[in-house]
Amino acid sequence: MEYILMIIACVFVNNIVLSQFLGICPFLGVSNKLSTALGMGVAVIFVMTLATLVTSLVYIYVLVPAGIQFLQTIAFILIIAALVQMVEIILKKTSPSLYQALGIFLPLITTNCAVLGVAIGVTQRFDLVPAGSYMLHSVVYTVSTALGFAIAICIFAGLREQLELNRVPKAMRGVPIALITAGILAMAFMGFANLVK
Amino acid sequence: MKKLRILFNGILKENPIFVLVLGMCPTLGVTTSAFNGFGMGVATMFVLMLSNALISLLKNFIPDMVRIPAFIVVIATFVSIVDLLIQGFVPALGESLGLFIPLIVVNCIVLGRAEAFASKNGVLDSMLDGIGMGLGFTLSLTLIGSVREILGSGSIFGFQILPESTNILVFVLAPGAFIVLGFLMALIRHLQKTE
Repeated sequence: MEYILMIIACVFVNNIVLSQFLGICPFLGVSNKLSTALGMGVAVIFVMTLATLVTSLVYIYVLVPAGIQFLQTIAFILIIAALVQMVEIILKKTSPSLYQALGIFLPLITTNCAVLGVAIGVTQRFDLVPAGSYMLHSVVYTVSTALGFAIAICIFAGLREQLELNRVPKAMRGVPIALITAGILAMAFMGFANLVK
Repeated sequence: MKKLRILFNGILKENPIFVLVLGMCPTLGVTTSAFNGFGMGVATMFVLMLSNALISLLKNFIPDMVRIPAFIVVIATFVSIVDLLIQGFVPALGESLGLFIPLIVVNCIVLGRAEAFASKNGVLDSMLDGIGMGLGFTLSLTLIGSVREILGSGSIFGFQILPESTNILVFVLAPGAFIVLGFLMALIRHLQKTE
């Protein structure tokens, strides 16, 4: 039950893009077409889960015992960058079809602040969660947060495809109108507030 | 003259937020008030200036193949320093900026300037470029923060200037960030075109 509530909270109430403002760059950058948005969403779910799994393990078994939590920013960004490179190489060798679908999104994800943001955000919950369930807790949290990203970017891409058909004032074309659309979408997501405490 | 041009380049012509559209996450996330925007801007400027200077010093020693990871390590070091300084000296600011301070590492502006400017130019020019870009970022964040604070809570830098009955709460919440930035960007584009 606790985990179901957490999933709903991460996907809808505290949506990572629309209420926490992480991952705005891919949200604005690769949302012109629904198909690319879907690919990006899947790639983010994959990388984010893998990255948080590794960073959480490093945090519990290396950084905390050694008392060097202040190095987490440097450690995590290096882990994520190396991991993304490795995933790219492995995918290229083992599954060319999957590589073709996700390949172009992988380098973009390294600089996606959502991945680092979630990896650091999870460690801030470290003290709040009972010791044994920390790994499970962080994986559920990450998967549902990434799912929230995928849902938000797909809805937004659908809206932008329709927006292409309209005549927009010259100064508003491109990024400004996209931002205002995102604002209205965020307002719609505010309707989920207080659904879960 | 050339030095001045490098310094002012980041403020107007290549303003990181309104023209280059980089670093959107902190721009939207921390600008609930003018002071938060200003604090975030100064922290980013500090990192930009020092990482630009150090990368320009090291540019001849870093092999081309590993330059991006090397840049990231340099940037992450300065970000950790800023993070610890803010937690130590202005804990209130640290609380309201929260996660966005460690996330300066993945701010595209910092890595972008390291790659586009500092890895090709001298130390002084790189430092000036960092300060200019940082100033442009700070001014933009303070502007967005001020607009949101005036509309949303009727104050600026904490001074109450409008009665509470005129507050529009949505502007300090998430949707207001997107909408204010969208309209400001459109306004600035319009002004640049008519000039």
